Amino acid sequence: MELVCPAGTPAALRAAVDAGAHCVYCGFADDTNARNFPGLNFSRAELDSAVDYAHARGAKVLVAINTFPTAGNEGLWRSAVADAEAAGADAVILADPGLLAHAAEHHPDLRRHLSVQAAAANPDAINFYASAFGVRRVVLPRVLSVDEIAAINREIDVETEVFVFGGLCVMAEGRCSLSSYATGRSPNMNGVCSPPEHVDYSQEGGDSVARLGGFTIHRTHKGAAAPYPTLCKGCFTSEDKTGHVFEDAVSLDASALVPRLVNAGVTALKIEGRQRSRAYVAQIVRAFRAVTDALDAGRAPPALALARLSEGQAATTGAYAKTWR
Amino acid sequence: MQRDGKDLRIPVILSVPMQILPLWPVSAALDLLARSLLRAHPEILRRIDKYQNHHFVLDITDLPFILQLDPARAGLRAFRRGAAPAGDARIAGTFAAFLAMLHGVEDGDTLYFSGALQIEGDTSAVLALRNALDDAELDLSAEIASALPALSAPLRAALAPLERLTGLHLRRPAQEVY
Amino acid sequence: MDLTVAPNPFFWNADTVRSFYSTLACAPVARVVLGELVCSKRLPFWQGEIPQAIDNLQAGGKQVALTSLALITLKRERKQMAELPGLGLPVEVNDLSALHHIAPGVPFWVGPMVNVYNESTLRWLVRRGATRVCLPPELPMRSVAILANIAQGEGVALEVWGHGRLPLAISGRCYHARLHDRAKDSCQFVCDTDPDGRDVDTLDGQRFLVVNGVQTLSQAYACMADHVGQLREMGVAALRLQPQSVGFAAICADYARLLADEICADRLADNLRAAHPQMQLCDGFGRGQAGASWRGRAAPA
Repeated sequence: MELVCPAGTPAALRAAVDAGAHCVYCGFADDTNARNFPGLNFSRAELDSAVDYAHARGAKVLVAINTFPTAGNEGLWRSAVADAEAAGADAVILADPGLLAHAAEHHPDLRRHLSVQAAAANPDAINFYASAFGVRRVVLPRVLSVDEIAAINREIDVETEVFVFGGLCVMAEGRCSLSSYATGRSPNMNGVCSPPEHVDYSQEGGDSVARLGGFTIHRTHKGAAAPYPTLCKGCFTSEDKTGHVFEDAVSLDASALVPRLVNAGVTALKIEGRQRSRAYVAQIVRAFRAVTDALDAGRAPPALALARLSEGQAATTGAYAKTWR
Repeated sequence: MQRDGKDLRIPVILSVPMQILPLWPVSAALDLLARSLLRAHPEILRRIDKYQNHHFVLDITDLPFILQLDPARAGLRAFRRGAAPAGDARIAGTFAAFLAMLHGVEDGDTLYFSGALQIEGDTSAVLALRNALDDAELDLSAEIASALPALSAPLRAALAPLERLTGLHLRRPAQEVY
Repeated sequence: MDLTVAPNPFFWNADTVRSFYSTLACAPVARVVLGELVCSKRLPFWQGEIPQAIDNLQAGGKQVALTSLALITLKRERKQMAELPGLGLPVEVNDLSALHHIAPGVPFWVGPMVNVYNESTLRWLVRRGATRVCLPPELPMRSVAILANIAQGEGVALEVWGHGRLPLAISGRCYHARLHDRAKDSCQFVCDTDPDGRDVDTLDGQRFLVVNGVQTLSQAYACMADHVGQLREMGVAALRLQPQSVGFAAICADYARLLADEICADRLADNLRAAHPQMQLCDGFGRGQAGASWRGRAAPA
């Protein structure tokens, strides 16, 4: 079982490797990856050193180039693929069909993983990406139950990777323009959802208010901090109902489901969080490494107490339990 | 698991005398510290990128003064509470919370979600600064020692009992404890 | 430039569907995409109307295509998808997995739910057999211009979202069921009570989104009237209009008059407002701004 861990900075990458990551994923500091936040991500030189650091310790590095190239600017995404290969990356994580076709043609020896941003949610989609672009692994979208994942694995020949911890998209990934509708910056094109430069916190008549692009996403009474205004975790009103229409302020914790995911034929477990600190990365990686080590040794995995690190400090098993829908 | 950063406060017995100290030596020492730190870690400015010219207010709530960081000019100044100029972005929390974040003992988002840190103003700038400092793997006591070598020996002697007394991580743990 | 009617994304009963498409048969539109886009559970309630609707539309001179679902996960849905290409009409792909069931070289259309953002992806789809592509609504005009140029070179018809609540997201979770404290599997088809989606407003009363089962759309109606001249110059082949429960025939007529230069964009917008006093308009995506904005101004608070 392979643990695929996030790194937003070289320091976080070293922390992940030191904490026992089998594999670390990261991206370049531009529109080419889906965590394009200020102060994050890697320069070309940083990626070179990071790959050396990881390889020296037996860990792999995957480079996420998982946004959709914008018309007229494909060169930026193509050079990212070429530079990842030059740095010695073990694979690139791609979503766009045009970029996948380019990588398959011009970088045939560079392993290609299908990003969750491609939202390949059934065996037909996965088999299609495998045959059309030689994709070797698919990161499954967070809309599937464990039983559905098992059924998918019975019908495909490529590896599957699933999210087990961290932020949770409630929409099919790569197919959501909510943030773009409110702010004009697109998760698909600019790699940033609910971008911080469109976030506004204010105090109004005893309430803390968080807005995104001028739309009120949270309003909490004094004393409580308004959470970061991630659009799909916001509090809204629909007719007589007021509440979290799309999803509560929770994040995914599927640590208890790892044995079932292993039985479902999953190859790799993915931890979300390239925007989080090296302290977070190290804590989560260490905890999950204890789980995979126990399973590899045929022991019962330890129960993890990670809720404190979660967004909103509450966790869900998301779509893995069918009732979530 | 570490104790929550927010639970730790500088004891009143230490913070009260600070209120009557003149501020200029504090500011002068802080300026030296910032200059030395940014020289030793040029990647911090690169990561802060377009927010270099922003003014960051660092409100360490258990200190009697407020700090203002001006990355582009490597400036770090102390102001009396009530006399601090408004910045572009403000981060507030206890000294313990700031140190825990700086030293990679606690995750900045976790401190924020739990209310131990509060942010206001330009959220992008705060994120850029937070991420830049996280990547720099700073050790505040080492930075102080190298910026203010005259203070180094007495500081080290003073820090050990202070750390024991307050539970603050004034140094980055050698073996990072997660 | 002509008009394409998008598949109706909402859940309407069989009678409503029947009268909608029989009226549409006389509307000044060139083609209609039919079928269930959002939720396969709805289909049994109205699929009996599809053959008659096809006949009526074809008799009215319209070209008709059948859409795939926007998100295919269940076995039943895959099976339906596998049968779609055998029905003798062009298939509009709104989930790329549909391509698994369309043999290479068989022509197909591509709907706005497929991520066509750049030249390579457009070319790749054309090589695979795409003959008509409707771009995702969030594309700015500068992208549309580049892709329209490629489309002309490749001999493929390009469409742009012209009118209607913007399809912003699709999910595994049903928000209608969630608002009624039900799970998706026991939804009791509650989305049928909201023929244009259920309003979701901010806590400050800003009109924001609507939910439609597993789909989330904008509450404002996109209206690309201001961009028609530009789109025509680029060589865009069609504007796409999304069905709505009230006044759709008049909307089709007005857009047809706009394309024929019989009315201007201001007049079209005025007509929309007069017929639908509650309707908010938006066109920000085309301008590279927040999608919710209209003519460069942020959505009203």
